[in-house]
Amino acid sequence: MLKDITLGQFFPGTSPIHRMDPRTKLILTIVYIVALFLANNWFSYLLMMVFLVSCIKISGIPPKSIVRGMKPLVFILIFTAVLNLFYSEGGVVLVRIGSLAITTAGLKRAFFMIWRILMLISGTFLLTYTTSPISLTDGLETLMNPLKKIRVPVHELAMMMSIALRMIPTLIEETDKIMNAQKARGADFESGSIIDRAKALVPILVPLFISAFRRADELATAMECRCYQGGEGRTKMKLLRFSRVDIQAFLVCACLVAGVITLASFGL
Amino acid sequence: MEPILQVKDLNYVYSAGTPFEHRALENVNFTLNRGEFVGIIGHTGSGKSTLMQQLNGLLKPTSGQVFLDGVDIWTDKKTTRQARFRVGLVFQYPEYQLFEETVYKDIAFGPQNMGLSQEEIHRRVLEAAGFVGITQRQLQASPFDLSGGQKRRVAIAGVIAMEPEVLILDEPTAGLDPIGRAEILGNIESYRKAKNATIMMVSHSMEDVARMTDRLLVLYGSHLAMDAPPAQVFARAQELVDMGLNIPQVTQIFLCLRELGLDVENVYTREQAVSLLRRMKEERVHA
Repeated sequence: MLKDITLGQFFPGTSPIHRMDPRTKLILTIVYIVALFLANNWFSYLLMMVFLVSCIKISGIPPKSIVRGMKPLVFILIFTAVLNLFYSEGGVVLVRIGSLAITTAGLKRAFFMIWRILMLISGTFLLTYTTSPISLTDGLETLMNPLKKIRVPVHELAMMMSIALRMIPTLIEETDKIMNAQKARGADFESGSIIDRAKALVPILVPLFISAFRRADELATAMECRCYQGGEGRTKMKLLRFSRVDIQAFLVCACLVAGVITLASFGL
Repeated sequence: MEPILQVKDLNYVYSAGTPFEHRALENVNFTLNRGEFVGIIGHTGSGKSTLMQQLNGLLKPTSGQVFLDGVDIWTDKKTTRQARFRVGLVFQYPEYQLFEETVYKDIAFGPQNMGLSQEEIHRRVLEAAGFVGITQRQLQASPFDLSGGQKRRVAIAGVIAMEPEVLILDEPTAGLDPIGRAEILGNIESYRKAKNATIMMVSHSMEDVARMTDRLLVLYGSHLAMDAPPAQVFARAQELVDMGLNIPQVTQIFLCLRELGLDVENVYTREQAVSLLRRMKEERVHA
């Protein structure tokens, strides 16, 4: 039952976007977000939209699953739209409710806002859909390497992140087992008041915490047995290398930013 | 013999309708009788754990039925909940499910969920502790201060305290030393004798099932391949080996002896072997 939850939304694949270096993808996602905020009119928005749609097309990710990922955001979208709708000035007044007015400017702003947020989120989804969590942390680690100069424990942070990601499925399985064992003793998680249900969690959480600590302890021992001593002098099995796809991607994105800036500054 | 638990045309499919679809059980039929000690053997992934969880209503069959005393356990919510209490399930490594501050409270968790009176809970906790050899002093200790074998016994007591008519155990002796194993098997046997309960035990130790059980169910590739007394099951040694299973070591020795031309019958337990060898020795002296 719990096993059905999908975690990390990684879709394995072999598209050019999948093959890109995680560092490229991380940097370009940031570039994409910046470009998105530079866009300020119909044409620049359309250019961004064309770019996004072609990226999704190239990646081979079913558009359905991107749309599905948006569902939890419906509330935020509506909230933003309503705020922008009522609190923008200028333009022709369309409807007036007391002191609140909906103007054409407000309508336009709300529309662009929603559009921007949707593009922002689908763009970042594309990153997590096409990059496995492990290579993502790997990329983050390499990108943050300069921070080591100011004593930020970059390697340790990345290692902690990989271990955490690695442990999620294990803990889910464990939770499932413990729940079944307590259910076999007549525990009831589905009925009763909120307080009853919260209390019913104790028989799951206590064993779960204990097993998480036990696993952490065992893992630490196992790592020490293999002489793990942090990032110092440690080499990688999979070296990150920029390839042709990455250079092409950088060029495309450079063109995209240039295009958006041009379109935005001409105020078309 | 009075039947208590009946499984009829049971099928179970995991993740039906997805690419991960997996048939875990196919057309399984058997009946458990009151007071019987039944063993389940099968290779990893043969469907043992899935089958166990069908019997007390933790998993709902994709098709087929499970009858407890003639009533389908999925008739309504109440019968399913009753089935959880009447068919006790002890999972693998049950000590990992302990959570209370004291051993007493942990054993009382099941009876409490049944909604029994305080006196009845008290009686059952003491009785269950008695079956598994937990002392008065240990009842007030934290379960996390006990040794591994003791924790295991506390967890089993937690299920026994519900006084299930059918007690199902998934490898209750896994990871214990020989003394711990013998003790736990003894505890289970004494519960069966005292309450005329049905015991169903999953085990990978052919020695244990040969010695303890009246009947063996062999699962292979989600099917019930055999359902017979241990003597008959182990007589089909080659089939078992082909299924990735084993036969008791003493049986192996006697099969070898027979291949060498010695006229011996099949033997499944050490005790049988000893008495057989004694008899043969005497015959030789007299001859």
